[in-house]
Amino acid sequence: MKSFCTSMVTAVASLSFGVVAAYAQAPAPAAPTSKTLEQVKARGVLVCGSNTGLAGFGMPDDKGNWTGLDVEFCRAISAAIFNDPNKVRFVPLSAKDRFTALQSGEIDVLSRNGTWTISREADLGLLWAGVNYYDGQAFMVRKKLNINSALELSGASVCVQQGTTTETNLADFFRANNMKYEPAVYATSAEAVKQYDTGRCDAYTTDMSGLFSERLRLINSDEHVILPQVISKEPLGPAVRQGDDQWLNIVKWTHFAMLNAEELGITKANADERVKSTNPEIRRLLGSEGDFGKSMGLTSDWALRIIKHVGNYGESYNRNIGDGSRLKIPRGLNNLWNKGGLQYGPPVR
Amino acid sequence: MTDQVHQRAPRTPLLTGERIRSAIWQIALLAGVVWLAWSAIENAARNMQARGIPTNFDFWHRTAGFDINASLIPFSAANNTYGDAFYVGLLNTLLVGACGVVLATILGFLIGIARLSSNWMVGRLAGGYVEIVRNTPLLLQLLFWYNAVLTPLPGPRQSLELPGGVWLNNRGLFMPSPDFGAGAGWAGLAILAGIVGSIVLNRLSNRKRLATGKGFPVLFPALALIFLLPIAIFMAFGSPVTFEYPQLRGFNFAGGARIVPEFVALVLGLSLYTAAFIAEIVRAGILSVSRGQTEASSALGMPGGLTMRLIVIPQAMRVIIPPLTNQYLNLIKNSSLAVFIGYPDLVQVFAGTVLNQTGAAVQVIAITMAVYLVISLLTSAFMNWFNRRIALKER
Repeated sequence: MKSFCTSMVTAVASLSFGVVAAYAQAPAPAAPTSKTLEQVKARGVLVCGSNTGLAGFGMPDDKGNWTGLDVEFCRAISAAIFNDPNKVRFVPLSAKDRFTALQSGEIDVLSRNGTWTISREADLGLLWAGVNYYDGQAFMVRKKLNINSALELSGASVCVQQGTTTETNLADFFRANNMKYEPAVYATSAEAVKQYDTGRCDAYTTDMSGLFSERLRLINSDEHVILPQVISKEPLGPAVRQGDDQWLNIVKWTHFAMLNAEELGITKANADERVKSTNPEIRRLLGSEGDFGKSMGLTSDWALRIIKHVGNYGESYNRNIGDGSRLKIPRGLNNLWNKGGLQYGPPVR
Repeated sequence: MTDQVHQRAPRTPLLTGERIRSAIWQIALLAGVVWLAWSAIENAARNMQARGIPTNFDFWHRTAGFDINASLIPFSAANNTYGDAFYVGLLNTLLVGACGVVLATILGFLIGIARLSSNWMVGRLAGGYVEIVRNTPLLLQLLFWYNAVLTPLPGPRQSLELPGGVWLNNRGLFMPSPDFGAGAGWAGLAILAGIVGSIVLNRLSNRKRLATGKGFPVLFPALALIFLLPIAIFMAFGSPVTFEYPQLRGFNFAGGARIVPEFVALVLGLSLYTAAFIAEIVRAGILSVSRGQTEASSALGMPGGLTMRLIVIPQAMRVIIPPLTNQYLNLIKNSSLAVFIGYPDLVQVFAGTVLNQTGAAVQVIAITMAVYLVISLLTSAFMNWFNRRIALKER
């Protein structure tokens, strides 16, 4: 276990002095400096662990530009630090390698559909900075079966990828509802989808986001419908190493800033003009009032930078996986808390 | 370099005895190998412990939590353990191996004999089959049977109806399953007794023929023993067997017995592939029997079929058996390709799902390898015994 004490000792004091001067009522005499932030600044680029290729979440396009919800989250952090969304180097990681890469310091932040679980925080020494996509396992069936609920699937054959939690969630769901089914288990998700498409199975199951993404690969994507029941909790979000609280704060509040911006109606287009708003909440978020950014080791207009370069959470969602994309995933749980969803940004004050 | 060697003064070896020197080298080598193996195991165990990877077999008794679609023993996610999943996979592997070996042997002998046929058409057809099947990868053939033949079958609602209440669709073959009532067991015993009786009858007939040169007819009494007696007993109990027919309910057929398409694809692919190799072995075996044997047989007036069965094949067997054993071992080991078409054999269930769920990679892979080793050694031992039994007895 590497100790971060040395970095604390050699913390650059000038920054903390500035914070104390500007914000006299702050109880702590000195804000700790983030080692990761220092490294990122010195390097001039954020190293972000991303998916090897999942449409809508993290995937390089034909010109090699990375796009997707998780990718834009890294761009938002880059915008907050450098006022430039493109100072990011993406490291594509497989599910197997992703946590090791973060633990070993190869990447600064992991933004790659990682499910937040206790074992990953307690055993692997990681911390989740929030949930940027509430996912869950669901089923896809053919429209012509006229099924509206996963509870009507008794007796069905279900194609599933082997050796994942998906396989055990599937068994749990049918057992809990006292229904029979036949699992057809394949080594890869590509094979499982193909066998569902040829008609070997009545249903295909994986995470909801995966279903929307895989549906595009089917021969006739219009003939398939995704059932609304979600049979497992898969909160996906960005993760960081333990031991650097300030870096965790930066990653965490990047997400919350995007959520609050959506809630307050601040968009990529109107951000500059909303700086002059009289609404105190907007003024605090955009840095017209208060100086929270500096306490985190950033600038006071950190949130404005994020919104100007990347946009608010809703914009990023629509562009990558919502109505503005080919996936067209409904907001559902990922809507704002005041619109029936779970996305809730703590107040900036 | 060479100069240095030449300049060096000739040295007397420390230990002059040839045997002692070689023994020392062998002991050193053995110690080196043991040390290497021990340090590899120790190193793996330490690293596994450091990363929180299980190093024991505790997982064996934990609830599995996943389901398997084809099993010879009852298995459910809630009531069975990872250990039970191992037995499900093992039995499925043995089933595929047994079905594959039997089918491949029958097919291989037929094709091998056909290839030697004097009929041009039959010979060429068999030759073409052998060349095509032997020279394409087995995995491609398996994928062909599964993806190009079996899964494109019609869905459950458009199932093909076969005679006798049998249905075929892309979910498998659905057959009526017998439900035995009281008295059916006696009929079954009668069949067994009939078979044993027929064998005894055959032996007696052979012995009489050897002694007197003339046996007595066996075929009809044997048929009567095997069929008539059990049928009579069966009737006496009032036909105590009822059949449960598969019926289309909801998504698929329910009731009756079912063979999943993955099993059919695997057995078909393995036996058709191995049959091509066996055919060549059989051909080589037959050709190894001197032509004089066949000529002598026909000079005595024996018909062709009888010559093949009684003269040629028994002599060919001693050439056929050793390479045939290799083919059986190949077939059993190749059955692990089940992974690619989703049939729950030992590798797919145990070295796949169980390994992934438990994280006990080293233990699971070690057990799986040990199982294949044991199956192969047992098959090999049986075939060696069989080989000795049919070897030419010189009198």
